[in-house]
Parts: sequence; C-alpha cells; structure tokens
Amino acid sequence: MRAAVAWVGRHPVLCFFVVFAIFPWVVPYKSLATQVLIYGLFALGFNLLYGYTGLLSFGSAAYWGLGAYGTGIALAKLKVGSLWVALGMGLGAALLGGLVFGFFCLRRRGIYFAMLTLAFAQLLYFVGFHLADWTGGDDGLRGIAVPPLTLPGLAIPLERSVSFYYFTLLVVGLAVAALKRILDSPFGAVLQAIRENADRATACGYDISRIKHLSFVFYALFAGLAGGLDALRLTVVPIESLHWSTSGQVVIMTLLGGAGTFFGPFVGAAAFLVLEDSISVITESWPLVIGAVFMLFVLFLPRGIWGTLIGGLQRR
Amino acid sequence: MHRRTFVKTAAAAAATLGFPGVLRAQGAGPVRIGMPLPLTGPFAALAKDMQQGAVLGVDELNAKGGILGRKVEVLFRDDQLKPQVGAQRTQELIEKEQCQFIVGGLAAHVQMAINEQTKKAKILYVSTSQSDEISAKPDTSPITFHEALNPTITSRTVGKWIIENLGKRWWIVYADYAWGKQNNAVLNETNKKLGGTVLGSTPYPLGSAEFSAHLPKIQAAKPEVLVSVTPGADNIAFLKQAASFGMRSQMKIAQPLLWISYLKEGGPELYDGIYGGINWYWELQDTIPTARKFVEASMKKFNMPPGDYGAYSYSGVLEVARGAELAKSTDADKVADALRKNPQYDHFKGKQWWRACDNKSFQDMWIVKGRGPGKTKGEWGLADVIAKVPANEELDRTCAEKGHA
Amino acid sequence: MPDVSLAALAAQVFTGLVLGMIYVLLAIGLSLIFGLMTVVNFSHGALYMLGAYVGFTLLRFTGSFATALVLAPLLVGLLGLFVERFLIRPLYGRRPDDPLLLTFGLSLVVVETARLIWGKIGLTLDPPRALAGAVNLGFTYFPTYRLFVIAVTALVLVGLWLFLEKTNVGLVIRAGSRDPLMVRALGFDVGRIWFLVFGIGAGLAGLAGILAGPMRGAYAEMGVTIIIESFVVVVVGGMGSLLGAVVSGLIIGQIVSLTTFFAPKLAEIVVFITMAIVLLLRPSGLFGEAGLLE
Repeated sequence: MRAAVAWVGRHPVLCFFVVFAIFPWVVPYKSLATQVLIYGLFALGFNLLYGYTGLLSFGSAAYWGLGAYGTGIALAKLKVGSLWVALGMGLGAALLGGLVFGFFCLRRRGIYFAMLTLAFAQLLYFVGFHLADWTGGDDGLRGIAVPPLTLPGLAIPLERSVSFYYFTLLVVGLAVAALKRILDSPFGAVLQAIRENADRATACGYDISRIKHLSFVFYALFAGLAGGLDALRLTVVPIESLHWSTSGQVVIMTLLGGAGTFFGPFVGAAAFLVLEDSISVITESWPLVIGAVFMLFVLFLPRGIWGTLIGGLQRR
Repeated sequence: MHRRTFVKTAAAAAATLGFPGVLRAQGAGPVRIGMPLPLTGPFAALAKDMQQGAVLGVDELNAKGGILGRKVEVLFRDDQLKPQVGAQRTQELIEKEQCQFIVGGLAAHVQMAINEQTKKAKILYVSTSQSDEISAKPDTSPITFHEALNPTITSRTVGKWIIENLGKRWWIVYADYAWGKQNNAVLNETNKKLGGTVLGSTPYPLGSAEFSAHLPKIQAAKPEVLVSVTPGADNIAFLKQAASFGMRSQMKIAQPLLWISYLKEGGPELYDGIYGGINWYWELQDTIPTARKFVEASMKKFNMPPGDYGAYSYSGVLEVARGAELAKSTDADKVADALRKNPQYDHFKGKQWWRACDNKSFQDMWIVKGRGPGKTKGEWGLADVIAKVPANEELDRTCAEKGHA
Repeated sequence: MPDVSLAALAAQVFTGLVLGMIYVLLAIGLSLIFGLMTVVNFSHGALYMLGAYVGFTLLRFTGSFATALVLAPLLVGLLGLFVERFLIRPLYGRRPDDPLLLTFGLSLVVVETARLIWGKIGLTLDPPRALAGAVNLGFTYFPTYRLFVIAVTALVLVGLWLFLEKTNVGLVIRAGSRDPLMVRALGFDVGRIWFLVFGIGAGLAGLAGILAGPMRGAYAEMGVTIIIESFVVVVVGGMGSLLGAVVSGLIIGQIVSLTTFFAPKLAEIVVFITMAIVLLLRPSGLFGEAGLLE
C-alpha cells in the first residue's frame, strides 16, 4: 500500500486524470462532478496560498468573482465568440486583481493581512452590486451563451452535461499540471520555507515579499480560472460570487481535504459538495452539519481527510 | 482486496452506471415537480408557506388521479437564498431526480439562476418570485412562466390607491437592490403621473436594520404617506424604528406588499393601520367560493390558512398539471403551447390568465390594512381587506416594453 | 446632499453614538480574547445573536426586561466558558489559525441550532413600557430606549474599567493582553485567566445582543454582518488594545451614521474603506502594538 501511495505521489497529474475520468459515474449526477472539479480548482489556488505559503486569506471571492465576471462579461456583453478568449479575459481580470490587491494586502501580516483581503473583496462586491449595467447587479449576470469548444480542426458543442464535464476536466487538468510544476520548482520550496518560518527564509537571503506576491498572483489565477469555468457551467454569474461566504467555503473545503497536501483540495471539495448534496435532501440544517463536521475536523483531524490518509500510510 | 478483483469490480460498476439510459424511465412512473425554495435563511417563513401550498396542490391532484394518470410528487430543495445553490439544486432535480417540471424560486436573483438551468435542460419552469425581469427579454423563454406579481404591477396598483386614498406627498424608503429599486422607480413614476410629489427617496442596504439614521430627516419633511419598500426582516425593523420615533401618529404608512407571515411575526401593535398590497389573503374565502376549499384544505392539513406564497406555489403546481393534461404530455414546449392556447384559469381566487407574449400570469390583487391589538380574529385574522384591484394587463409593462414582438 | 439642518445632524450624531456603543461592547470582547489568547473569535456574532434570543425567552418567562438584561449576558457568558474550556483549550499549541477556524464552524452550529430551537421566524423583543417613546432633547426627539442603551453601555464600560484597573485579576488580564508569554513565565495559571476572559467577552457580546434586539429586531442572521463590522473595529483600534476598541468603536459608529446621512449608498463599504486606509497607514491599527502578530 505504501508503494502505491508513493507512486501516486510521483505521478499526481496522471492519477488525477484517471480518477476524474471515471468520477462522473461515481457521483449521483454529472453536474455535481463538474462542480467538484471547479471548486477543487478554486481550493487548489487557496491551498497554494494557505497550505503551502502559510497566508490565510478571507478574500478569495474577489478573484473567483473577477474570473467569473470577466468571462461572463466577455460572452454576454462584449459578445466575444471564442471560448478560450472569454476564459482568457476572466484570467486577465483575476491576474490584475491578484497583482494590485496582492500588493496592498501583503504589506501586512497575520490577521491584518486577512482583514485587508476581506476589505478588497467586499469592495469588489459593492462595485459589482452597483455597476448593474455591466454585472447585472444583484440579479446576476445573465445572457451568457457558451460557444463551442474550438480545438484545431474541431468545434465541439458543450451543451450536454457530459461534454462540458470533459472540457472542464481538460482545463482543470492543465491547471493541476501547472501546479505540480510550480511546487516542484525552487520557488515551490521557498514557499514552504516561508510557511515554516518566514524570518528564517529572509535570513537565508530570499526576497520573500516578491515570492509571497507571486504566490498570491498564482492563487488569484487559479481562483479566477475556476470562477470563469463556473460562469460557463451555470450560464449566470450571481453577485454572491463576490460575497465573503464564497471565501469561507473554499477555506472549509481546503481544510476538510487537507491543507498543504496536493490532492487535499479536490478531496475536500468532493467531500463538502457530495455531503452538501446528500444532506440537503434530508434536512434543511445543512449549516449545522457542516459546522459541526468542520469543528470535529479542526479538533481531531487537523490534517484533513487526505492529509490524515497519507500521513497514516506513511507512518506504517 | 486483490488488485484484479478491484479492477474487475470497478469496471463492472462503471459499465452499469455508465448507461443512464437504463435508469431513465420515460413515460411511466410518477410525475415529479421540483421546487427549489429558501428553506433556510431570512425568508424561511415564506418558504414554509410555499411548501405547504405546493403540498396542497399535489394532494388535490393525486386525489383526482394525478397527472395523465400518473402520481404526482413534489421534491423540495433548499436554495439557501443563493443563486449558485439554487442552480445546483435545480440541476440535481433535473439530472438525478428526473423532474419533469420546476416550480418555485422565491428570491428574484435565485430564480434567474434556476431559469438558466431549466432553459438549458428544456424543462418547463413556473416562477413564483416577484421579479420584473423574468418575463422580459433576455431572461424569459417560451418555457418560462411567471405566476407571481411583479414590482411594476404592485407598485402601480398600490401607488394609485395611495394617491387616491391616503395622500399625495410621499417619502419612499427602499432596499437598495433590484426589487427595491424597481418598486421605487415605479412608485415615483406613478406618483408623478397622478399629480403627486415625492419629497424624497431613501435607499438603504438590504439586510441592514439600521434606519434611525434616516428617520429624523423624514420627519422633518412632513410627508403625508411614508412608503416602505422594505422586505423580510427589514420590514419589521423599519416599522419598529419608525414607531419608536413617533412617526406613526404623524403620517400614514403604506407598502407595495404586505406579507402575512411578517404580520404574524411583528404582531398587531406593530402593523396596526399599515396599508399594503397582497395577492392573496385567506379571509377572501368569505367572498370567493373557490377560495373556501383551498383554505379548508390548509386548515385541515396544517392547522393554518394558506398565505401569499403558498397561494403562488399552489397555483403553479395546478397550472403545470392543467398544461400537461391539455398537451397530453410532459414535454416543455407542448405544455407551454397548451397553456398559451388555453390561458384562462381559476383555481382559488378568481379569474387568472397567461398573457401570450411573455407567459405572465395576470390576477386580481387586494389592498389590506393591518388590524390593531384587540381587533384581530384568531391567530391569523390579522388584516382587513380594504379594496380589490382586478387583474389588468395595463398594470404591467407592455409586450413591446419587455422586448417581445 | 440633503439639507443639513443642525438638528438633523445632531440626531444623527446621537444615532452614531448608540451604534458605536454596540460596536464597543463587541469589540472589547474580541480584543480581550485576541490580546490575551491570540484567538480570533469568529463565533462572536453568534454569541451576540444568542444574547438577544435568550433574552427573548427570559422576557417571555419572567415578564421582566431587567431580569432578561442581567441574566441573558450571564448565560451567554457561561456558554463562553464552556466553549473555551472544551473547544478552544485543546487547540493550544497547535496551528495558530485553528481557534479561528474552530470558532468559524461554531458560529454555523450556533446559528442553525438557534433556528431549530426558536424557529425560523425572527423574534420580537419589546423594550419595557417605561422605555418606549421619545425624549425631547431640545434639538430633536430621540427614542428613550436608545438613550437607555447609551447609559447602560457607559455603566458597563466604567465597571469593566474598574475591574481591569483596580483588581488583581484585572491587572493580570491587562498584562496578559500586552505580553502573554511574560505572564506565563511569571507563573500565572493562564488557563484560568483565558477561561475568565472568554467568558467575559462572550457575556459582553450577549449584552450587546439583548440591547440591540429591541432596536433592530432579533433574527438568526443578526450576528453575521455585525461580526465583520466588529472585526473591522478591533483591527482599526488595534488588536489587543482595549482603549483602541472603545475609541475605534465610537469613531466607526459615527462614520457609519454620518455616511448613511450624506451618502447612503456608501454606507455598506465605508467600514472597509476606513479599515483599509487605517491599516495601510498605521500597520497595527490606531493603538495596537507593533509586533503583536502584526
């Protein structure tokens, strides 16, 4: 078993594709699987910032929202014809947000950093709410028509749930591969050094403020890509995309799965969403259930599901 | 477990699950109506009302043999008042639960998200949310129906009544989001058209219960009528604070809508003498015969009369059934056409009809006034019916204004 | 821009004072808990809500607002003691963010449980007859109940100040807020002090809740927005600084009230703009200590 886990650790991208290729048939319905992929990607970005770099952000909704609105506005208002261009515009908006907000927020640390990230996210929420001509205001952005997927020589329509799932898998898979590259690089090692002891990392001569900023930008890009994909999935961008409850959800998912682990975010997103889906049918008190579950995890399973799993296997 | 066994089992499982065609049973089995609604959150009381109304509708249908001879089921899902959740629940209802129809949505922004999913999946949707946009382009579609009232209709109706009966000098306080802004705009327009004056229009952030900042200013302006466009819990907080500043004796207070659930929650002292519009009130059974059986069924099953949102969901469910029976099918386009070809209906409160261009339901509404302490009748006799405003297509925007035709 | 009559403006300032007092009650609790335990208590808003809800039930049972006003904060404080001892204490020594995360989960649980117990419809809390009505302040009529809130909060603050300044326990708490390590090094049973401080903080939140209930109504979500605003107040004042909590609470109460008067659309985010400006200019808030978890 230990050998299997080690093998998975060496080929995470391959395992990711294999697992998620059959995933839609494991969950109750297809669009749940798509939701897991997208929120998994969102959590992947948050995990990079929190799990690997040690920076807790309360403002993740800002970058998810920038990605969602960027992609949505490109399709609904600017009538962009290409799927890739629309996603690209969402990414661009998230990049801008990451660069600018990141610059300001990272001037402080700890709880002050966290509150600044929240402040910027709330600011964006306010702007999104009131710029109703562009964003649809609190009714949300509608009128998003998803163009077909254009690959060399092909134009694949994405109306069916299954087709859209595999398109999402492709995009998220590429992001996962990118993350692997990032983490394997010297940059990735420094991130974790910063998480363990920021002062020591500085003492070693690293320009940690630049590195933190870069990590923040990557976090924003992953979140923005996830937001853009969700805009395509729902064909509507609700104003709640920018609300702090969205930021709170990604924190719970990451922790449930295991912060600082590679697959933790996807495990956490799957656990959260599948649990929510099944529990919501039985009871209206879903917040009670997830709140209690979350508390139990913090108390007894701080490494999350995946973190505890691999930790346990490695010890034996 | 042996690796080979695992692989074989996994393959078999994947193969079985990978044939949704086997699981999908067309043309047999129950007819399922999915209903997303905010069971948790600030409008939970209204959602409970909606749930009960739907159950009454389903009971009534099943007592008569169901839809097309098949049993009717309604599946409730909590949309948590969030569009993403509403959209996800709708997808689950359609893909996993195989619902043939969706009725519901309470909050306007959630209903938009629900509508996007039903349009994509080609499922008929009857919205029970108060929204101006759902029946207009680009949101509407041939299979999107709107059962509830909207801000244009309610504010034109109530606005006109206020000018004619309470006074021409108004001050409006409104929640700064789509529903509030729409009502405010229509109230202003109606007031101006009928020769009144709006002394001021104050927005406030929805859900923020601090009104005391605005009230001294309003008092100083001395309006004849204070028009409150404050939904949900804000309504109670607003009336409380206005009362604490002594404004009740200085001016009349009116609202485009009054909700029975909040009349109950706030109590007769708070709502004494407050005027508002309403789509349905159970005491109407005294004058409308079809209302009587609806109220009796509700009293029998739930020990309380149906409220305004219960009325919408009851009607929505029955209309879905009527359309399916007429079309002899549950296919969205066929049912939609059938409803447009046979637009009139009367399930419990008098004549209603669907307008062809925008699938909008037109229906009577009433002006009611809160009863003070000591004047209420039992637990739910909380308002007096003051006037009836018959259904009239001129109260809503024209087809052209909504982008049709 | 509305016509600025001095009377209306003065009424607004008073309104800001009432709002500020509620913020102060909440911020002091948060700041005490953070200063001493470096715990960010996300369940503070839920405790505020419980104060109003428990107060409602007490009022129903005893018919006396005074009883409810005294007992509700005590009961919420008791819950706070329980939370510290059994939920937060086990997290000592682990990751610094764990108590924050735990209290976040706790807030979901508390709010939902309240809905299950008290129902989904909000509760109506009425102030006693004696406090209904308005007082003629000369330049405007102001609701009596709100003046009562100002008076009660001021009394509680004075009491708290006396406790912190004049008693030995208070001394240890103040020292612990400044330098928790040192206090431990000096041999004090920090666990007991944390226990007490969390209880006091929770009690203050409960008091704020039952005071605010008759003004704004009591509903399960009432703690949700106010907790973010309270965090802003604490951060602006400086985490761990009690003077900061008071000054910042009063200032932000005024800022919100005046913004509502002059530019109502901005009222929602003026709190965040203020925080962003303060944090970028003064890194540790107005009165915070540099280096205290910056």
